[in-house]
Amino acid sequence: MDRGALLARLRNAIWLPAVAAGLLLCGGCARGEASGTQELRVWAFGAEGEALAPLAQEFERQNPGIRVRVQQIPWTAAHEKLLTAYVGGALPDVAQLGNTWIPEFAALGALQALDSLVAHDSAAIPLADYFPGVLATNVVDDTLFGVPWYVDTRVMFYRTDLLRAAGVTSPPTTWAAWRDALVRVRARQEPGSYPALLPLNEWAQPVIFGLQAGAPLLADHGTLAAFRDPRFRRGFEFYIQLFKDRLAPPLAATQIASVFQEFGAGRTAAYITGPWNVGEFRKRLPASVEWNTAPLPGPDSGGVSLAGGSSIVIMRKSGQRRAAWKLLAFLADPARQAAFFVKTGDLPARRSAWDDPALAGDRYLAAFRTQLGRVVPSPAVPEIELIVSRVAQAAERAARGQQTIDDALAGLDADVDQILEKRRWMLAQRGAAR
Amino acid sequence: MRDTDARRRAPRIAPGWWFVAPALTLIVVFFVGPVIAALGLSFTDFDLYALADPRAARWVGFRNYARVLHEPLFWQALRNTLYFAIVGGPLTVAASLGAALLVNARTLRWKATARAVFFAPFVTTLVAVAIVWKYLYHPRYGLLNWLLGHLGIPQIDWLGDPHWAMPAIILLATWKNFGYNMLIFIAGLQNIPRELHEAAALDGATPFQRFRHVTIPMLAPTMFFVVIVTMIGYLQLFTEPYVMTQGGPLRATTSLVLYMYEEGFRWWRLGVAAGIAFLLFILIVLFTLLQRRISPRGAV
Repeated sequence: MDRGALLARLRNAIWLPAVAAGLLLCGGCARGEASGTQELRVWAFGAEGEALAPLAQEFERQNPGIRVRVQQIPWTAAHEKLLTAYVGGALPDVAQLGNTWIPEFAALGALQALDSLVAHDSAAIPLADYFPGVLATNVVDDTLFGVPWYVDTRVMFYRTDLLRAAGVTSPPTTWAAWRDALVRVRARQEPGSYPALLPLNEWAQPVIFGLQAGAPLLADHGTLAAFRDPRFRRGFEFYIQLFKDRLAPPLAATQIASVFQEFGAGRTAAYITGPWNVGEFRKRLPASVEWNTAPLPGPDSGGVSLAGGSSIVIMRKSGQRRAAWKLLAFLADPARQAAFFVKTGDLPARRSAWDDPALAGDRYLAAFRTQLGRVVPSPAVPEIELIVSRVAQAAERAARGQQTIDDALAGLDADVDQILEKRRWMLAQRGAAR
Repeated sequence: MRDTDARRRAPRIAPGWWFVAPALTLIVVFFVGPVIAALGLSFTDFDLYALADPRAARWVGFRNYARVLHEPLFWQALRNTLYFAIVGGPLTVAASLGAALLVNARTLRWKATARAVFFAPFVTTLVAVAIVWKYLYHPRYGLLNWLLGHLGIPQIDWLGDPHWAMPAIILLATWKNFGYNMLIFIAGLQNIPRELHEAAALDGATPFQRFRHVTIPMLAPTMFFVVIVTMIGYLQLFTEPYVMTQGGPLRATTSLVLYMYEEGFRWWRLGVAAGIAFLLFILIVLFTLLQRRISPRGAV
């Protein structure tokens, strides 16, 4: 952008090779000096990366032959770094991977298939103890590529007091009852308020409503868009109608100064969001505000939500599969998963970890546990993040009234079909080769 | 006679070439080569699949260009970039000229200090600056809103409001960059012979008339250089929105380069990203030619 940056880049261009050479040399001598011990390079992101460092020390104490080098990477740079490292052949042995990224890295051939490892050591990682919907996000073409580490899903955060005042004593479980509750809450709100909050820049909500109506999102092995499918249309229409009926504000999250303030002041009574907000709500809402969480309503009864979270993967190029597997088994231990929750607020992927009092005794987490029994993965295609970002754009156009629902969905189908063109061609090539 | 024979056998390379060879090699390896490769890339659909297996890249002709030109986000990024360059560019040039006149004024003391202070933002790392400015712009605790509050102006959510995000970025960029142009302007001002000013003063010209009819015309070549360099830099806006807003809110600060970066390194559609790079190149060339045309003749 400016000359200063250019100069800095030039300086880097000079220094980087020197530093890299130095690192190479050092890497060589370190390996020579510590012969007999294995070094396991692990990448983890954001707060998880921070919390992993002490765990790694504990792991080293239990496994004297293995040294773990944890590298923390900020979430915003994670995806980029992983792909750049793939291109440069510098991937670590073990990495945390957001589970929507798994299909992408599986397509690149970067991930180690774990089926045989799990089969040999099912006592350490019993797949039956994982939430099935979350586990499914780790499976691409019937092959397991990751072990869930922690899970994310969206539920409804709501103001118990406002709903009660409107005559709704238990959280609604069907779309119709939910809508009805929102209408009743609005009748008692100050003018200009909206009972629900569904930020328009988030793709999860329109996708979830589609999934709740039973939509597959993509058809034909994930090679064709299926957003005009009547099931997706049904969920999408319900979602858009919430904006048209002024039950939710047509705003992006960045246009809302503070969600906590809106929620605390009662200008919002229901908000669909994830576990990361449990801690924030606890911290930021005044004690006088009564709130709780509830599983999402569905078309006829309790609805599904998205299976999110992070998994731990082993890279295919890693020469340290056994040591890596030991680390995976170490992190999968239920007691350790519960302790990890206490530290980070990340929800454990193993169901038995949820019996720990720290989780079982938390009134805000019961809804998550129920919801995690009802989560579905997004389609396992490498293009999924780009596709869902387009869903959010189409939903925003429809919600702001720039397009009709049918036009928005037709446009979305055309868009996504174009994105998937390469995938269709790749699969056709592969089919021809066979 | 023997001398010419020797020359015929081994054609002599002019020594000048040997002197420029190291620099030339670097330019070819690190600039010309990549540019040609990128041009080739822009005619393929090089993407994630091609990263895994280069055979998956296909020659697609001008399809990347056609698609980008049909993409609403491209046009929005173009509008944002032009907004930034057309508002921010002249603002920066005006600020640097003002600062240069101030620092060059004969009555000013502590000239060197003033120059250093004005130049300091330019040499500070942009990322560090952007983080500090993020605090200044904070809607509730920011210094800027605190000052405005004293003037009775209601709070502005500088980086969260789509209408204010670009002005906020322009303000930051102006502050960050005017120091460099100021130095060039100072050099230009010091090259103006003092006799011209004295003659004008003797003829009874007011200070403003002297500025308008002596300083400005004499500065024309400097001005041309500063405007061109600033505009080329500003059309490549990237770091400020990348650090401060990530292109938001509502894409109001997504510049062409940020859009290209997203296509390339977020979605790994490197073919498309290379196409955007060449569209930006064409835009910059057009802009520069336009400026050449509208600049006074003597300046070029």
